[in-house]
Amino acid sequence: MTKVTFIEHNGKEHTLDVADGLTLMEAATKALIPGIDADCGGACACATCMVFVPAEWESKLAAKEPMEETMLEFCEHSAENSRLSCQIKVSPALEGIRVTMPESQH
Amino acid sequence: MSTGEEAGIVIIGAGQAASQAVVSLRAEGYEGRITLIGDEAEPPYQRPPLSKKFLAGEIGFDRVELKPAEFYAGANCALMLSTRVSAIDAAAKTVATSDGKLIPYTKLLIATGSRVREINVPGFDLEGVHYLRSVGDVHDIQSHFKAGAKLVVVGGGYIGLEVAAVAKKNGIAVTVLETADRVLARVVDPIVSKFYERIHRAAGVVIETGVTVVGFEGKDGKVTGVDSGDGKIFPCDFVVVGIGIIPNTELAVNAGITVDNGIVVDEMTRTSDENIFAAGDCTNHPNGIFDRRLRLESVQNAIEQGKTAAAAMMGKDKPYNQVPWFWSDQYDLKLQIAGLSQGYTQAVTRGHPETDNNFAVFYLKDGVLIAVDAVNRPPEFMMSKLLIAQHAKLDPARLADESINMKEVAKA
Ligand SMILES: Cc1cc2nc3c(=O)[nH]c(=O)nc-3n(C[C@H](O)[C@H](O)[C@H](O)COP(=O)(O)OP(=O)(O)OC[C@H]3O[C@@H](n4cnc5c(N)ncnc54)[C@H](O)[C@@H]3O)c2cc1C
Ligand code: FES
Repeated sequence: MTKVTFIEHNGKEHTLDVADGLTLMEAATKALIPGIDADCGGACACATCMVFVPAEWESKLAAKEPMEETMLEFCEHSAENSRLSCQIKVSPALEGIRVTMPESQH
Repeated sequence: MSTGEEAGIVIIGAGQAASQAVVSLRAEGYEGRITLIGDEAEPPYQRPPLSKKFLAGEIGFDRVELKPAEFYAGANCALMLSTRVSAIDAAAKTVATSDGKLIPYTKLLIATGSRVREINVPGFDLEGVHYLRSVGDVHDIQSHFKAGAKLVVVGGGYIGLEVAAVAKKNGIAVTVLETADRVLARVVDPIVSKFYERIHRAAGVVIETGVTVVGFEGKDGKVTGVDSGDGKIFPCDFVVVGIGIIPNTELAVNAGITVDNGIVVDEMTRTSDENIFAAGDCTNHPNGIFDRRLRLESVQNAIEQGKTAAAAMMGKDKPYNQVPWFWSDQYDLKLQIAGLSQGYTQAVTRGHPETDNNFAVFYLKDGVLIAVDAVNRPPEFMMSKLLIAQHAKLDPARLADESINMKEVAKA
């Protein structure tokens, strides 16, 4: 189990204990945290699972695959520190990570 | 017999649209009772993985189900699984279940989805002839996954081709039979069909087009071959038939609700009965971007109508009007489709589908972008989704020019 915090656009925080191996997207949607839509269920096809990752965590995450990279580049609300949460697997290296959700995924 | 409990919102069908409606009803602040009635044994789950990672055995059911079963209890939502609704009484505002219960509703959402179109030829009931719609179907198909086994896929649509790709990876000899003169004929330009035929053949899949199945042969009640009518028999150990779906509209018809190639709803998912709403594969809805009515079979459609229906049942307007999109995973190829290509006057290719494994085909109607098929090309997909909504008139030469970034193609 790894502790992960999701922060809604309005600042509301949700901290979860997540089983390693699940993706951040799966953790959030199963716990019904608002702010991640994940329409394609993790197929890296929709870009509605975008989150912002603080710079200090970026190096601890596996690098983006080209598919994720280009989806993000064309995603309306994305920024430098955006990631698709369905492409991030939870592992002990992420203990304490805090990610923020955009105002809307559409 | 009535359950005697206070009436609340009842949802028929426990699939993608239904699950979204439960989530959205609670998000919209609905505090009353929700009863979700579904005829499958499982809580709502996603179907796309059934022909992709779940069929391949790469993920388990825990990653296919939409929410864990506990969620529904937590959301104060009664989940009646393995239960079929047999009738709706729109005047009395009740639904009857196959086990004899009568459940009252304040508002009703029909989210019954669709069922597979069955093949009506001799031998259709032989053991080993399968369809793919449910988790149970996946287990049946997987029971034949032994290296060296022979599979015939009837129908070269998305589901048939996805099954072919997964089976091939499992060491199975696969033949795809398609009636039309090319695979995916109903939905894409010949350029894309040709590409997928090339990829599947390179992987060792046999693709036969222009073949209409007239029967199945069997021995001891088990299928052994597929008869194409011209004297040719394709030997097999099992068959997967993927020849389309039929929307589940019978409950609505019998309740006197207007049905015309799907349950007729407006952009707010309202049916012809003021207390009854419908969402997902079973509906026929207006699309303002394409200025016509559509019946779609996609996750996006189910999710978005689920959201709209939840709002509408609360008396709020959240019109559903989006560029349709869809995806298909085969081998290491991700096809992303946006828009509707019917009626296109020009197809423009960006990239080299004859040799590469990434390219896009843009569909223009009198110069206006109406659809895109993008294989391993997220920029083309994402940008087109926006441009289609804007009815953008685009220069075909710029679209085809790879040196122009997708963000710049719309600029004159
Ligand atoms: C193998 C496969 C692969 C797919 N791949 C993709 C893809 O890659 N991308 C994509 O966008 N879409 C895909 N789809 C389509 C997508 O899954 C559907 O469009 C979506 O599930 C529709 O959601 P729904 O809620 O309308 O119906 P469903 O999810 O089918 O749910 C309807 C439920 O209602 C139940 N039901 C019906 N009648 C009754 C009754 N009288 N009483 C009780 N219960 C009833 C049904 O058994 C079913 O459980 C795929 C579908 C399949 C089968
Ligand atoms: S869930 Fe669709 S891209 Fe992540």
